Amino acid sequence: MIARALTCWTILRITLEERLVYRGDFALATLMRFLPIITQIFLWWAVFESIGDGSRSGGTIAGYRFENMVAYYLLTMITRAFSSMPGLASGIARQIRDGEVKKYLVQPVDMLGFLLLSRLAHKLAYYSVALLPFGFVFYLTRGFFVDGWPEPGVLAAFVLSLMLAFLLGFFLEASFGLIGFWFLEVTSLLFIYMLLSFFLSGHMFPLDLLPSPWNQLVDLLPLKYLAYFPAAVFLGKVQGADLTRGLVVQVGWVVLFAVAARVMWSRGVRRYSGFGG
Amino acid sequence: MAIIELRALAKSFRVYQKREGLAASLRGLLRRQYRYVQAVRGIDLDVEHGEFVAFLGPNGAGKTTTLKLLSGVIHPTSGSARVMGYVPWKRENAYRRRFALVMGQKNQLWWDLPAQESFRLHQQIYRLAPDAFRRTRDELADLLAVRALMAQPVRELSLGERMKMELIAALLHSPDVLFLDEPTIGLDVVAQHRIQQFLKYYQAERRVTILLTSHYMKDVAALCRRVVIIAQGDVQYDGSLDGIRDAFSGSKIVTLQLSEDERLDGWEAFGEVLEIQPPRVKLRILRSEVPRVLASILATRAVEDVAVEDPPLEEALAEMFTRVGQPAPQDAESPVDAVELAKGIA
Repeated sequence: MIARALTCWTILRITLEERLVYRGDFALATLMRFLPIITQIFLWWAVFESIGDGSRSGGTIAGYRFENMVAYYLLTMITRAFSSMPGLASGIARQIRDGEVKKYLVQPVDMLGFLLLSRLAHKLAYYSVALLPFGFVFYLTRGFFVDGWPEPGVLAAFVLSLMLAFLLGFFLEASFGLIGFWFLEVTSLLFIYMLLSFFLSGHMFPLDLLPSPWNQLVDLLPLKYLAYFPAAVFLGKVQGADLTRGLVVQVGWVVLFAVAARVMWSRGVRRYSGFGG
Repeated sequence: MAIIELRALAKSFRVYQKREGLAASLRGLLRRQYRYVQAVRGIDLDVEHGEFVAFLGPNGAGKTTTLKLLSGVIHPTSGSARVMGYVPWKRENAYRRRFALVMGQKNQLWWDLPAQESFRLHQQIYRLAPDAFRRTRDELADLLAVRALMAQPVRELSLGERMKMELIAALLHSPDVLFLDEPTIGLDVVAQHRIQQFLKYYQAERRVTILLTSHYMKDVAALCRRVVIIAQGDVQYDGSLDGIRDAFSGSKIVTLQLSEDERLDGWEAFGEVLEIQPPRVKLRILRSEVPRVLASILATRAVEDVAVEDPPLEEALAEMFTRVGQPAPQDAESPVDAVELAKGIA
């Protein structure tokens, strides 16, 4: 047990070090995250100005006032920081194609566990660096959070759903990457997934803006738990029984994709060692 | 009992058969045509504890496939293998802690980090005690003279230095069995020599069992007493390095230094003419015929000097590889059928 924890710690530390090698790139990537949100704010500014009484704070869209809308985008920025896994799926697919995956067959180490730990390390590195700019931006934009801090229970649920979003993002992308065992080239597949994810996770706009039947469809997909759901929890849009149900469903998706990735790995390896190598 | 035991081990791959042209490519989208390639066809082999065995053979002969089978990366189509009593492709952790695979063309160190970080990761993966780990690491690094480079990012190392680091990483957990797939590929003579020396010392010291594939005869000559030649997915020869020459080359190279006025034509009567560079003539003559032919040359021609040599080992091998690569010639003019002879010896 202790040995295991030590292994995890070493993997974490080493991947962290690797992440910090390219400091410039890392810092730039961290800061760039704030750029798209500015355009979003101006866009919605214009939208809200054109409805209602002509000022941007007049009308509401699907229960969102302008301030809520900005708060929503700021929050999805946080949720994406947990759930997005840049390069995970394509990295796995590349390792399969290059045969680098052999390493995990020859050495007594589990690939999924190893990758999960290194992702965790990447995220930790990212948060530690991003904490300052994030804090600064949220301080500047505190006026948009008109309802102030949510109550502790909701905040706890928000944090929990962020953790789950991280796990879901990991296992979802890992599963996509593992398709590489069957199709050597998964780039276009990943592109489609990214595109869908952008719209259907709530990254592009709050999902409750969607009319029926689209909102029901989105409800059936796991993608909304990557961005929309945690933000909605924070903003108090999901409450009581709905909140519990949402968290349970999110856990369900995590388990489903964790199992899927595990099964795909073992079948993929069997196929790989049968045909390729 | 043999530490490595292969019985009728066979592996065939399915490869996608792409036809030429666009129309065929489109058809291929719907129905793929596959062809089966027999990479390894029924290898039997026993390796005893502490042996250093070289696998020789042309590209695509099945050497790497055999190493992959033994390290559990792929599983066979048929046949069986045991390494230290384990079935490799079951990939039990107990087995994986006791062997190592080094591929000269594959990199398993962290590219952006110093090698020592990769080593530390291996320490954890293989659960090595800190003291033992440090001792092994420093000892290996000293032997390979790369101790000062352990703190330098791997990407800044030369190919030779990187290979040495790869070797250290692979040996940290003191494997009992080591598979080396072309460990000196692309290295300069100095690095190559250093790695040879290291492997020789390490093997003698630790009595590990090593299977090595290489295209460099120097590697093989320096390290391995036993040579297994694999071609066409099968063992063609199993024995000593010197034995190869006797087995595959039934001829000698005779070089004649001619007197200035000696004729340059008509040498075909004595043997295969390899080269005529006045005043020198090089002939290949059947081993058993050498005394007789030489006597008749000396009786009829004006010769100033004679040298009789074995053909170079590489040539004997190349000859053997080409012959195995082709369908066995039934009415070949060559006096000794290398393949048949090899089978007789193996």
